[in-house]
Amino acid sequence: MATQHSRSVARLMMAPAVVLLLGWMLVPLTMTLYFSFKKYLPLRGGDLGWVGFDNYVRFVSSSSFWPAVQATLMIVGGVLVITVVLGVLLAMLLDQPMWGQGVVRILVIAPFFVMPTVSALVWKNMFMDPVNGLLAHLWRFFGAEPISWLSEASMTSIIMIVSWQWLPFATLILLTAIQSLDSEQLEAAEMDGAPVLKRFYHIILPHLSRAITIVILIQTIFLLSIFAEIFVTTGGAFGTRTLTYLIFQRVLESQNVGLGSAGGVYAIILANIVAIFLMRIVGKNLDA
Amino acid sequence: MGRIQLKSVTKSFGDVEVIPPLDLTIEDGEFTVFVGPSGCGKSTLLRLIAGLEDITSGSIDIDGADATDVPPAKRGLAMVFQSYALYPHMTVRKNIAFPLRMAKLDQAEIDRRVESAAGVLNLTDYLDRRPGQLSGGQRQRVAIGRAIVREPAAFLFDEPLSNLDAALRVGMRLEISELHERLATTMIYVTHDQVEAMTMADKIVVLQAGVIEQVGSPLELYRTPRNLFVAGFIGSPKMNFIEGAEAEKHGAQTIGIRPEHIAVSETEGKWSGVVSVSEHLGSDTFFHVQNTGLAETITVRADGEVGFRHGDRIHMTPRADVIHRFDAKGLRIE
Repeated sequence: MATQHSRSVARLMMAPAVVLLLGWMLVPLTMTLYFSFKKYLPLRGGDLGWVGFDNYVRFVSSSSFWPAVQATLMIVGGVLVITVVLGVLLAMLLDQPMWGQGVVRILVIAPFFVMPTVSALVWKNMFMDPVNGLLAHLWRFFGAEPISWLSEASMTSIIMIVSWQWLPFATLILLTAIQSLDSEQLEAAEMDGAPVLKRFYHIILPHLSRAITIVILIQTIFLLSIFAEIFVTTGGAFGTRTLTYLIFQRVLESQNVGLGSAGGVYAIILANIVAIFLMRIVGKNLDA
Repeated sequence: MGRIQLKSVTKSFGDVEVIPPLDLTIEDGEFTVFVGPSGCGKSTLLRLIAGLEDITSGSIDIDGADATDVPPAKRGLAMVFQSYALYPHMTVRKNIAFPLRMAKLDQAEIDRRVESAAGVLNLTDYLDRRPGQLSGGQRQRVAIGRAIVREPAAFLFDEPLSNLDAALRVGMRLEISELHERLATTMIYVTHDQVEAMTMADKIVVLQAGVIEQVGSPLELYRTPRNLFVAGFIGSPKMNFIEGAEAEKHGAQTIGIRPEHIAVSETEGKWSGVVSVSEHLGSDTFFHVQNTGLAETITVRADGEVGFRHGDRIHMTPRADVIHRFDAKGLRIE
């Protein structure tokens, strides 16, 4: 009943949520923009007045800017590749009828429920510790010299940790997609003479393309802002300083709110570029 | 060539035996229809022939060679699925070409065969569309196209018309029959619709609970059903079954008389009853007659112009030469 009356009531009832969400977004955004044009050093004199685009220039010309962008893209890219590839394989595995299917599926999803800080700590102390870690024991068992993961292979380590966290998400979405595949299509392809690998390439993968794009889109949005994993493990050292982490360091470690805010605005722009880019690909894929 | 022979084939899912030992021969070029109520094992039987399910014991021969352990792609059979199972992300052309591409034919040969199949099936204008943009009947034809380009030894159809509306179903039925006349290839067709079976088949296989109840030509099955199940399944409307005193007069446990073999009259007849429902189809009229003292309802088929209504008392006379007699086990008495 879309009468004039019911529509205005609907608007009225939605208003609180809309206002709240808008405020939630607009207030921090405005504050970030406001501070980004100020020289604001809380412990060294406080608000020192307007500086125009000075912060923006300094943030970009800093020697840590491009390495941070590079680190961000490497982590996002690495995690995406690992989660999508392993996600597809795991989803196909879990789709097979097997004993204890329910329990196995819950176990696979479990890492997603672990807080990022906790999972990073678990990895750091239980697996990657060069003396007591499980991986160190494994290396020694085979007579190899244990790797001090977080300092020698810091980027790989962080990608591993984050992938472990996001693999369940990818698996879950891809599993539901695989379950919606009409089994008669696979049987038809089998009758048509397509062996297993060709069935995967010609039937399963195209069927999954939409789910894969959704996984990539959602994960990218979240992966651009990972923080806890880096904070807990390397603290931004050994080339693992991402853009998010650089901003954090500017604001809290250097106590330079203005410079950090300018970085924040860059991050917003970067995220939007990625989002537009992805929307185009996804849009094309979702239309079909 | 496409002679298919099943030798004491059985199939069990776990402890449940869905097909007890079964023997059947399908001759080359024959249009065979498996018909039976849902859950009778007819689709399973087709999938066993296709190789999509492994048989539990027994053997399947195709053209005299043992094909029991041959994978589905190598059996030289093509299948049309109930859901059509078209590949949604491929155009019609690519769908039809898929089996040829898998067989690694050269592109010119693929194009030639796809064009000719599309010509036969009136799909030439749709080759660059995707399945999602086609109507049900067109999708059906694409599925058939994908089957015929392979030039298989036999076609397997798994209830291909059940997703189509009634008018389209009649049209496709004709098209499939024509296709069979033209290609003269063995076809095995699974359906639960006895009308499809009667109209299309050279040979009907009536199945119930995995057991073959009778094999024969449509008219054989219609004229001399071997048991009560076949008698009741083949023919529309269903055959009337009468038990008790009337059956004993004919020396049988049960007698069966088809609705079209009963004459109706206003004034005189062997049996009488009250019309409960009359269905006027124009060409025919079906009367559902109650209170006959013979069976709960007797169905009678009369000419379209016969105009009895609800509540009328009518008299009926069965044609004596076409009364089917069955014994206590439900088997036909000759």
